[in-house]
Amino acid sequence: MVTFATTTSALAMEQACKAQGLPGRLIPAPRRITAGCGMCWSAPVESRERLEELIVRLQLDVDGIYRILL
Amino acid sequence: MIYLDNAATTRPKPPGVAQAVVQAMESYGNSGRGVHDDALAAARAIFGVRQRLAHRFGCSRADHVAFTPNATAALNIALSGLLGPEDHVISTDWEHNSVLRPLYRLEEAGMGVDFLPADSQGRLEYDRLESLLRPNTKVMVCTHASNLTGDQIDLTRISAFAKAHGLILILDASQTAGAYSIDMTGMGVDILCFTGHKSMLGPQGTGGLCVREGIFLRPFLVGGTGVQSFSKSQPEEWPTCLEAGTLNGHGIAGLSAALDYLDEAGCGTLERERQLARRFYDQVKDLPGVQIYGDFSTQERAPIVTLNIGDWDSSQISDELAERFDIATRPGAHCAPRLHRALGTTGQGAVRFSWGWANTQEETDRAAEAVRALALEE
Repeated sequence: MVTFATTTSALAMEQACKAQGLPGRLIPAPRRITAGCGMCWSAPVESRERLEELIVRLQLDVDGIYRILL
Repeated sequence: MIYLDNAATTRPKPPGVAQAVVQAMESYGNSGRGVHDDALAAARAIFGVRQRLAHRFGCSRADHVAFTPNATAALNIALSGLLGPEDHVISTDWEHNSVLRPLYRLEEAGMGVDFLPADSQGRLEYDRLESLLRPNTKVMVCTHASNLTGDQIDLTRISAFAKAHGLILILDASQTAGAYSIDMTGMGVDILCFTGHKSMLGPQGTGGLCVREGIFLRPFLVGGTGVQSFSKSQPEEWPTCLEAGTLNGHGIAGLSAALDYLDEAGCGTLERERQLARRFYDQVKDLPGVQIYGDFSTQERAPIVTLNIGDWDSSQISDELAERFDIATRPGAHCAPRLHRALGTTGQGAVRFSWGWANTQEETDRAAEAVRALALEE
């Protein structure tokens, strides 16, 4: 799960992932991650490395990256 | 109706704008409030327009484009977010009340303000800029083009002045955004304030400001943001720091459709409007009793012609134009009190004709003919 401070940052993430063909989707941020509200990017754990590379390369604004065991 | 009041709001809007608004009203949820399909549809559309506006205006970051209901709100956010009693600001006699009243309110709280004067022809006395500087001058705020005369400001000179003295330059692009090519970074503009319903051809209730990265603005409004709900203060991150409350997603969808039109039309629309305004000017300028305001020695001006006939009350002329000739114009003071004072038209006001993308040569000629008829009656 990738969390964001703003909706705009979340949408930038979604757009970048779609453009790169990375799997995932925006979901309501689970409350165990954030006590606030808003959306987060949910993606398979296997894509973490590529996600982190994308975040750095495109200077995407993210709050945090979490591994959630469901 | 021959609509020549496009400087107040453009009418009609291009094909697709109204349909986009209706479609949004029938399908959008609330952007950033929930993550279901309908909310995401709104959020994605708004994000897309943010990116398009950043690109259009030369703003380096899409998240530094904040939406507001109009240019007035954008200017209030910019001015009140930057300035306090300890500061001094320079503005001009050309300004609309959307700049003046926020400045006057700040002045009442102790801030210093000086205005670059306009002469009796409405020309700004640029040579006096330096004399207005004070040690605590922080901001230069000016309109890109006068909503009263259509005269364009010498932005190159203003920008160089602001840069030379480390001032933050706020540009009110109410009369130019959409029609003019604006590159805020290249032009040295730090904050660009725009409205969506004039030459951007979008719905009323849309507008915003583009802010250069690195500038901090105290939030004007605070409230619901859809994020960081347990924080007592407005989030600091852009653009949420400037966007409290539900955005006008429906209007922004219409603005997106207007941008489609503008992208296709390029700069051709402005040139055509300028030609029509010039055509009108050429037909009325020598009529008996007709007094035209503004600088027509240059082609670089907004498509506006403002005039009076003899000592007629401008409201009466505008009413005659509407009732007898079915022509829509704007009389009175145009929310530009300082320039009216400079022109000596405080009592009479003036009649403003302003062209838009849909006006024709035939309409222009009929308007000139109507002015001729009224001038001969005077």
